[in-house]
Amino acid sequence: MSEMILTAPQAEAPTFYLADEHDHAEGGSTMLGFWIYLMSDCLIFAILFATYGVLGGNYAAGPSPKDLFELPVVAVNTSMLLLSSITYGFAMLTMEQGKVAQTQFWLAVTGLFGLAFIGIELSEFAHMIGEGATPQRSGFLSAFFTLVGTHGVHVTCGLIWLVTLMVQVGRYGLIAANKRRLMCLSLFWHFLDVIWIGVFTFVYLLGMV
Amino acid sequence: MSADVPAGHDAQAPAHGSLKGYLTGFGLSVVLTAIPFWLVMSGVLASSQATALAIMALAVVQIVVHMVFFLHMDAKSEGGWTVMAMIFTVVLVVIALSGSLWVMYHLTSNMAPMSVQDMRQMP
Repeated sequence: MSEMILTAPQAEAPTFYLADEHDHAEGGSTMLGFWIYLMSDCLIFAILFATYGVLGGNYAAGPSPKDLFELPVVAVNTSMLLLSSITYGFAMLTMEQGKVAQTQFWLAVTGLFGLAFIGIELSEFAHMIGEGATPQRSGFLSAFFTLVGTHGVHVTCGLIWLVTLMVQVGRYGLIAANKRRLMCLSLFWHFLDVIWIGVFTFVYLLGMV
Repeated sequence: MSADVPAGHDAQAPAHGSLKGYLTGFGLSVVLTAIPFWLVMSGVLASSQATALAIMALAVVQIVVHMVFFLHMDAKSEGGWTVMAMIFTVVLVVIALSGSLWVMYHLTSNMAPMSVQDMRQMP
């Protein structure tokens, strides 16, 4: 055994990596990198869900979900986010066909649905805080505002990103870099919709069961 | 990709899906959202435990629908690394969620406030 290693010619030593340099197209690794960012974001939400699961029953003699949540409002909010997901899908399809004006149109529609979602959520928060159900009131409300608020902040960031990309597309057209950015935002936007499924199921619906 | 031909990593991005795919996903999502809201708002199922289980199951199905039709997850994109990253994340999420709930539930039930009577009878 040892004799073999000693006598093995240098040239036949195995290499465990690619010896030749090869091309890396610009942005070739962006999608995988962005996906890994989304997975780490997923962990943030998992911890916030776990916190809500632990603290969600601690009302401190304050209001409970049944006193606060209005399911029709949540249903409207959920449909806003779902509609914005499909319109973003249409934006991606028109982007594939290279139609700048239609892509911009669908991005604008997506932005309006996202804005409606944020508006409804903020008015719900304002209503709750007006009734004295502030984040300081109980463990349940602290966990609720942290979880739902973090999702809302993400959607707000997505909206800012969307407007930025609309300006970019308007100025430079559907160049490769802009397509790549729009695809990252697509992943981000649909990911936020997936998180919202968890929020409306575990926070709103389970709270009202 | 064969090893002796150093092919370049092309920037060709994953598939975007088709109109049919998006519409299928949207239709399924609408149904999978409407059913849990209806179950809770109308209270058709007599037992609240059955309602809770049903809406959680529907949420899981809807998440999978979104993953497939909107996020275009498949085992082949990026040489399988997106799926690997997702499986790893799901494992961590399950550990974090189930672990937190399990530990904190037992902590609550074992540290429930007790009466003086109970304390006197403690070993």
